Amino acid sequence: MKKPEETRVVVGMSGGVDSSVTALLLKEQGYDVVGIFMKNWDDTDETGFCTATEDFEDVVRVCNQLDIPYYAVNFEKQYWDKVFTYFLDEYKAGRTPNPDVMCNKEIKFKAFLEHALSLGADYVATGHYAQIRRNGDRVEMLRGVDDNKDQTYFLNQLSEEVLEKVMFPLGHLPKSEVRKIAKEHDLATATKKDSTGICFIGERNFKEFLSEYLPAQPGKMTTLAGEVKGEHDGLMYYTIGQRQGLGIGGSGGPWFVVGKDLERNVLYVGEEYENDALYSDGLTAVDINWINEAPTEPFHCTAKFRYRQTDDGVTVYPNPDGTAKVVFDNSERAITPGQAVVFYQDEVCLGGGTIDEVIKNDQALDYVG
Amino acid sequence: MQAIYLDHAATTPIHPDVLKVVVETMEEHFGNPSSVHSYGRKARQILDKARMTAAKSIGASDKDIIFTSGGTEADNLALIGVAEANKNKGNHIITTKIEHHATLHAAEKLEKEGYHVTYLDVQENGTIDIEQLKASLTDDTILVSVMMVNNETGVIQPIEAIGQLLEQHQAYFHTDAVQAYGLLPINVKELKVDLLTVSSHKINGPKGVGFLYVHPDVKMTAQQYGGEQERKRRPGTENVAGIAGFAKAIEIAAEKQQERMQQYKHYRTLFLEQLEKSAIDFSINGTESERVANIVNISFPGANVEQLLTNFDLSGIAASSGSACTAGSVEPSHVLTAMFSENNPCTTNSIRFSFGLANNEENVVTAAEKVGQIVQRLTK
Repeated sequence: MKKPEETRVVVGMSGGVDSSVTALLLKEQGYDVVGIFMKNWDDTDETGFCTATEDFEDVVRVCNQLDIPYYAVNFEKQYWDKVFTYFLDEYKAGRTPNPDVMCNKEIKFKAFLEHALSLGADYVATGHYAQIRRNGDRVEMLRGVDDNKDQTYFLNQLSEEVLEKVMFPLGHLPKSEVRKIAKEHDLATATKKDSTGICFIGERNFKEFLSEYLPAQPGKMTTLAGEVKGEHDGLMYYTIGQRQGLGIGGSGGPWFVVGKDLERNVLYVGEEYENDALYSDGLTAVDINWINEAPTEPFHCTAKFRYRQTDDGVTVYPNPDGTAKVVFDNSERAITPGQAVVFYQDEVCLGGGTIDEVIKNDQALDYVG
Repeated sequence: MQAIYLDHAATTPIHPDVLKVVVETMEEHFGNPSSVHSYGRKARQILDKARMTAAKSIGASDKDIIFTSGGTEADNLALIGVAEANKNKGNHIITTKIEHHATLHAAEKLEKEGYHVTYLDVQENGTIDIEQLKASLTDDTILVSVMMVNNETGVIQPIEAIGQLLEQHQAYFHTDAVQAYGLLPINVKELKVDLLTVSSHKINGPKGVGFLYVHPDVKMTAQQYGGEQERKRRPGTENVAGIAGFAKAIEIAAEKQQERMQQYKHYRTLFLEQLEKSAIDFSINGTESERVANIVNISFPGANVEQLLTNFDLSGIAASSGSACTAGSVEPSHVLTAMFSENNPCTTNSIRFSFGLANNEENVVTAAEKVGQIVQRLTK
């Protein structure tokens, strides 16, 4: 391996505290660090205000503190074509997409990685909470040590080939420590609020945002038995297991979304958190990426079906076409098509795919869409 | 390793003689030119002398020179000041699609206030079509603003012809001469321009200084309010040291104009000859037009601006392109878009190299070698 000072690491900087500390740590380790801001979305409003401007300003301030060069790169077109189009298509199909997974796959660890390599980078680094274990030729991705921040769920589509060129300098740190380092070094972003939600929506109202791009078709809200409970504003606004915003009054409840019928434009609701219709015992996953070697035989491991959930035991029945059937050790609540299912063997992230069908008693549940 | 500076159209290194004048003025003559005592008079004397130097350099009278904080303020003052003061004569302004943002954004502001603005197209060679200008003139036209030399391509606009055309029209003629000044001979009477913008830091003077020439017949309202400075047209205590340095830079530029033109032309030739030797594809934007010697805008098919500029910088070459958006990423150049239309690859694969005092034969050739290597690597 080259000496740090001869190793160029291009850091994807968002203007947040995590990527700021990433650059700081690498600089302290003596690497040839270059900071790059990705502009993926244009949210310029009528007054000319654009959040990317503020974020880039923060990148500039931090890079000047660290005395490293900084640049920006525009991936708006790639982001629109690869991430946003997918995002809208999934909503149109009645599913709940995960744009962060797609952004990591197509933008941060593809377009950005290629850009960095064209600048002579040996590695790209980001402020993700995940770890990389290099053992000879083998490169594995491990969970971040901060359980609450682990981001391997969103990184499940990365390949070993990509990970070879990646560094996650924050993976071994708890978030509190990252903040502390930022404060100790008086970084310009030390007290900046963490961004929340989907990056291109930001603080805006999700429903309003989506309605700008997809026509909403209001329809009926019924129980699985067909009893009408009210009206919905458009199926895309609801996700399986959701409780808020249904507006069902009267006795009984609370009410939850248990499914969707896209053809008839009906939203299915059911009473009680533990409603049986929300439970399933397996799923089929598509577009599976195995980070290291692809399994050919069924095996037992753990899995996450959404971010920040503890793992549960599953048996994976892989198919050669990149799909798999996943059978749960215990039944699971509110498995949501479009979201990612991510597999782990202890601390090692094996990869993941997109939840396509939800299975109960060996049958795909047609009401979850 | 000191990076090789090929971005003199963005700003220039200060000339050592200019620096000396700035420092001396700051040290020895701190008086306020408006004060009624010896300190004030000394400062005023420096100011008067500088004003004479500036006026003489463009064949104007010293009373017609307004010192400003730079080119942007001068352009703003010309457009907004003239528009406001001549409302009674009409509300139509003509400018071009390739002006500096100091002009374009001032024009946009005026549009919002109810003025009607025509933005002239440019041809693929980078110049405006004088016939289109003729056709755009109306009885309501009060101002025409066309830059003398485009800052991205170096293309020279037909200023004399425009001046002649407008001689019999009520419209005043403003030209932003920021990129031309010091390299082209300028005489406001011969060119028949009514207002003209010059910036100090583009001619090896200090930043934060410029001037606007205003013909004595031009009606114009001030855009700042305060004291009586600059005959009330630009209140605010004068930047005496900056203006003194600017005047020195003007003197040097006038004296060295021919020499510099020849030298920069030589650098440009060396640079292009070296590029020809690399096995890369490139073309010069605006090549059929008359251009100033110190700017060359080159399109590299198959590459993109962000990748090129970042690679250049990391390899120790300082060049630029178009204008950066506030979020740092490089926007397609509005100048090249006007020349070639929106989706032409030239708008996203072109780099401006501009030569000046920071260059010598050796670093120009070295830079061209590196540029050739980088472009070759990125486009293979």
